[in-house]
Amino acid sequence: MSKLVIDGVGRTFPGVHGGAPTLALTPVSLAVADNDFITILGPSGCGKSTLLRIVAGLDRPTEGRVLLDGAEVSGPGADRGMVFQSYTLFPWLTIEENVRFGLREKGLPVAEQASIARHWIRKVGLEGFERHYPKMLSGGMQQRTAIARALANAPKILLLDEPFGALDHQTRGLMQELLLAIWESEKTTVLFVTHDIEEAIFMASRVVVMSARPGRIKADVAVPIAHPRLYTVKTTPAFSSLKARLTEEIRAEALKVEGAALPGD
Amino acid sequence: MKPLVPVSRARKVALGIAFFVVFVAAWSVATLGGFVSKTFLADPLTMLVEGWELFAKHGFAYDVGITVWRVLGGFVLAALFGVPLGIAMGAFKPVEAFFEPFVSFARYLPASAFIPLLILWAGIGEAQKLLVIFIGVFFQIVLMVAVTVGSTRRDLVEAAYTLGAGPRGIVRRVLLPSASPQIAETLRLVLGWAWTYVIVAELIGASSGIGHMITDSQALLNTGQIIFGIIMIGLIGLVSDFAFKWANQRMYPWALH
Ligand SMILES: Nc1ncnc2c1ncn2[C@@H]1O[C@H](COP(=O)(O)OP(=O)(O)OP(=O)(O)O)[C@@H](O)[C@H]1O
Ligand SMILES: [Mg+2]
Repeated sequence: MSKLVIDGVGRTFPGVHGGAPTLALTPVSLAVADNDFITILGPSGCGKSTLLRIVAGLDRPTEGRVLLDGAEVSGPGADRGMVFQSYTLFPWLTIEENVRFGLREKGLPVAEQASIARHWIRKVGLEGFERHYPKMLSGGMQQRTAIARALANAPKILLLDEPFGALDHQTRGLMQELLLAIWESEKTTVLFVTHDIEEAIFMASRVVVMSARPGRIKADVAVPIAHPRLYTVKTTPAFSSLKARLTEEIRAEALKVEGAALPGD
Repeated sequence: MKPLVPVSRARKVALGIAFFVVFVAAWSVATLGGFVSKTFLADPLTMLVEGWELFAKHGFAYDVGITVWRVLGGFVLAALFGVPLGIAMGAFKPVEAFFEPFVSFARYLPASAFIPLLILWAGIGEAQKLLVIFIGVFFQIVLMVAVTVGSTRRDLVEAAYTLGAGPRGIVRRVLLPSASPQIAETLRLVLGWAWTYVIVAELIGASSGIGHMITDSQALLNTGQIIFGIIMIGLIGLVSDFAFKWANQRMYPWALH
């Protein structure tokens, strides 16, 4: 049985000031198996965030439903961890306290909270920063903390919405390797949203391509590259041909959005 | 000078003191130089002498004490009720919808206009003084706290939800800590307003306090005493302001820029 089932989920936003309603997401269906790493790739505005927020329970679908282990999702919960594109660490808590946030909410004994937090802080390479406040950390370190904070809760699935979008190219590459290494050792089920093709291929076992708004699933491409993957796979022929194929798919979609503005293309 | 570039601590203190020096110098020139008649404005020296006499002969320390007590009493009372109500309004929209229109209306009622009524209801004792301050600052506290809590970053609230927090957890572990520094700042601001209201309350129907002394001195045309009283208020305000700022920085190191 699939772990996460997205069953005909669509979302229409009501019109502003009596205007026409916005169809952000045409009904989308997708099954995510246990231990899968799926990336959702799509042009800007295609409804990737909307879909992920619905899975997280932060937004409600106007049609369809989301099932996690067979139970319908009706609101946010600790079983679905989320890492956002914006930096969402609690600024009044130290790095360690941020990682413990969910554990404390669960009511775990303090000693257990501390040992779990220590484990995840080590995993994301932030030992020595436990007592720092988020604003003292770089963007990459903050996102690593956010990943540790989500994983410390031991969620059934980890949702990530362009978590590395604001980082520079080098940091981004390192973060991808870090997340992939964590996945390879922990086998957490992951749903990762991005509009970066290389990022989508590098980490995923499956890349789901979405069309331009209103979003729907256009292609579902398996990534037959063995694990563990090092950054060097990005230069292999298998990687390049996948990249070429996905670039074509995405370009066609991007053109649909921007095409009208491009003279004579 | 470049915009927004900070100054060193020593320089900041020196500049701050420099203005006081300029101010007193201008005042001295205006009064001691004979540009302004003594009837209207006492010179700094006379003011100091009068101030000394106030403490030595007229028991001014008691007046200062009673005024400080009233300010703190009214302020603490208003904060005790106003902060929780503001938090409830900021966090829960139905509560806000219930209270907000009335509080916004009440906020514009001038506390000083209530003094005659309050004297009628509560006499000219301490209760009346506290009520003037309470009316003056309570509604301001409620609204400012409600706005602060209501404007908590939504992404932090959502992050907390995905970490398993329920409504209780959201209020206690996100809304409250996130709003605390701004609430403390609001209280610091409002304490300043409480001083204005206490003096107004003491100008009418009081037998003690700094405001009462000022009315007495007016009858005697003693501008030295009046100015000394005003400066006293300023000094106490300055000290309490520093104490507040210091405490805020201690309590909320993460909120420093
Ligand atoms: N709260 C909302 N009200 C109205 N329309 C919305 C709302 N949220 C999103 N939309 C619309 O839905 C569409 C999809 O938005 P969404 O944020 O899911 O896109 P996205 O794929 O995540 O884009 P990006 O890559 O830029 O983050 C957009 O056209 C957007 O204008
Ligand atoms: Mg998005």
